[in-house]
Amino acid sequence: MEINEKIKNLLNENDVCLFMKGTPESPQCGFSMAVTNVLKHLNINFNGINVLEDENLRQGIKDFSDWPTIPQLYVKSEFIGGCDIIKEMFEKGELKKLFEEKKII
Amino acid sequence: MALPVEEIKKLIKESIPDASIEIKDLMGDSNHYAAIIKSKMFNNLNKIEQHKLVYKSLKGKMGNELHALSITTEGK
Repeated sequence: MEINEKIKNLLNENDVCLFMKGTPESPQCGFSMAVTNVLKHLNINFNGINVLEDENLRQGIKDFSDWPTIPQLYVKSEFIGGCDIIKEMFEKGELKKLFEEKKII
Repeated sequence: MALPVEEIKKLIKESIPDASIEIKDLMGDSNHYAAIIKSKMFNNLNKIEQHKLVYKSLKGKMGNELHALSITTEGK
């Protein structure tokens, strides 16, 4: 239960949270890098949370969203998707629209 | 750690019988795949639900034996 509280706090503290392997400056996995690049391209301010630093969080976030892979993007506490979905939304212009609708940009 | 293409297809078909599945072995190492999966079962689901259906069909292998499977889903 404790890890879920921690995740909820992280989501409440930042409108855009990316749970990732590595940091936004130095992603440690191609999928995390791809999503980081998309967010940077759209000029989104986001909190990149490195799950490699916390094994509890690495498993906890997968259980939280019932989603087996990292990265995971959340906007205003809502799970938006993993790398494939984010890339597809970006290519279709849907991601920018979502950030506009959520008043992030 | 590697999971052969035929095994992945078989697992997906067990849960999504009408799926048309195209899988590419991106690096030729049986460890980095890209799959395009089409099924009527996706028709009324959003993307997250569609991908979850595929992940569930892989029975916990995703993120374990199967490190890299990029998924594209479409309705039919």
